[in-house]
Amino acid sequence: MKAEGRVFKYGDNVDTDVIIPARYLNSSDPKELATHCMEDIDKDFVNKVQQGDIIVADKNFGCGSSREHAPIAIKAAGVSCVIAETFARIFYRNSINIGLPILECPEAAAAIKDGDTVEVDFDSGVITDKTTGQSFKGQPFPEFMQEIIKAEGLINYINKRK
Amino acid sequence: MGMTMTQKILANGAGLEKVEAGQLIMAKLNLVLGNDITSPVAIHEMEKFTSQGVFNKDKIALVPDHFVPNKDIKSAEHCKCVREFAKKNDITNYFEVGEMGIEHALLPEKGLTVPGDVIIGADSHTCTYGAVGAFSTGVGSTDMAAGMATGEAWFKVPSAIKFNLTGKPAKWISGKDIILHIIGLIGVDGALYRSMEFVGDGIQYLSMDDRFTIANMAIEAGGKNGIFPVDDKTIAYLKEHTTREYKVFEADADAVYDEEYTIELDKLKPTVSFPHLPENTHTIDEVGDIKIDQVVIGSCTNGRLDDMRIAADILKGRHVAKGMRCIVIPATQKIYLQCMEEGLLKTFIEAGCVVSTPTCGPCLGGYMGILAEGERCVSTTNRNFVGRMGHIKSEIYLASPAVAAASAITGKISGPEEL
Repeated sequence: MKAEGRVFKYGDNVDTDVIIPARYLNSSDPKELATHCMEDIDKDFVNKVQQGDIIVADKNFGCGSSREHAPIAIKAAGVSCVIAETFARIFYRNSINIGLPILECPEAAAAIKDGDTVEVDFDSGVITDKTTGQSFKGQPFPEFMQEIIKAEGLINYINKRK
Repeated sequence: MGMTMTQKILANGAGLEKVEAGQLIMAKLNLVLGNDITSPVAIHEMEKFTSQGVFNKDKIALVPDHFVPNKDIKSAEHCKCVREFAKKNDITNYFEVGEMGIEHALLPEKGLTVPGDVIIGADSHTCTYGAVGAFSTGVGSTDMAAGMATGEAWFKVPSAIKFNLTGKPAKWISGKDIILHIIGLIGVDGALYRSMEFVGDGIQYLSMDDRFTIANMAIEAGGKNGIFPVDDKTIAYLKEHTTREYKVFEADADAVYDEEYTIELDKLKPTVSFPHLPENTHTIDEVGDIKIDQVVIGSCTNGRLDDMRIAADILKGRHVAKGMRCIVIPATQKIYLQCMEEGLLKTFIEAGCVVSTPTCGPCLGGYMGILAEGERCVSTTNRNFVGRMGHIKSEIYLASPAVAAASAITGKISGPEEL
């Protein structure tokens, strides 16, 4: 499994309120949520994001509310992967559960710049910045997490195993 | 090597003699919780399950509290979805408007959370129940769906940070000042993935409401859970609120902690978190002259009876500043009624406050007190992120009920001593 796309770069503590503000949580439709993704931190994000693009951030990405709407909005906006120095734990769990690939890699988070083109190999955990030629070793996904992502979420995965 | 209090509860829940930090376990759940925002997503996920139905209709709590009474048509549709699911599955603990409250104030009050429980809730402040010696943690909607269907959840056993609370806090120092101080000390990711275990001789001076406030905000330091030992106050609280049997767990004497902090409660001052992160703390004496437009006293963090009493004590015989909006939200119907019986509602209304039915409302910028561009609010809630209570150029200052009430009177951020 691989992902490749252009990078949107953010800093520390990107919280779930800026990823998807609560004023839009009266909807749970992924397509509608996607139209407001990152609105309170980056107004242009939804106009610029292309299918396959990648979010890179510093520490504690996804802190705050447990709203699964946050990774749902990111995935529905077309983002193929989120790389960060660290993730808040509920966001981490939610992302895996809905099948949004996420990777912790402090070195990649520090070096990759906004607008770079990046390739991620989920099997090996290798992150390659194609713009600079730099390569980073992230944690490869444990097999069961890869299975959950391939199944597009925990529920499908549980169903398949039965 | 011994286990922490959290590890012992998780070992028990997983049916294991021993667990250690980093271990992946599958644990049985005593309670699965959801609200009007997270439950519809979970219910939709449940429909994908090949085997339908819930694992135990008595061990699921559904509490519409965020956008109720329904703030708009879409919210009404969400609540309808939750109501119909509760009816179809005969969910015992579904709480309709009129008997509800903010989930994390309501469930302990209803006796649904007891020591030794393993609880997940699709709401980040589910960590509140650590105050009664339970393991409880926030999850997302998919975990809630899997929990409702199977009665189990997987956990990575956390390591822990120990907070030794010593001394007796001064008059106006509450659980809120203590937890804001701690978050200021360790940062919003200071306890990431870990347990926050509170111990020490200072705990005896903390009311259950103080403990709920402290455990509630463990997530604001990134914590997986926050937990208190069970003492006489806990047992008295349980006697009043529950008939459920429970099992008390204590950390082993040789339990290993990643870090240990000593918090001298007698030295703490009223503490305020400045925008836009809970870790941006200042003590009241270094706040300066900050004019405000609104005060909110309520939420799962500070909407309990102690909080209402403290606010009323300060507001009694006084009036909120001209042009100030002071919104008071008792967290449950029971607390609302107690406020009425004790005359607190009269105090609030005579002081020029508005008093609302229980709702999360303004805390997450839902309704009932949204901020305009450039406005500032002192709030007893738990988050002051960009845009959390309204416009992205509005500001939230997190504080205790005492500071919030005093600030409502002066029109600027003030401690109760300044009145």
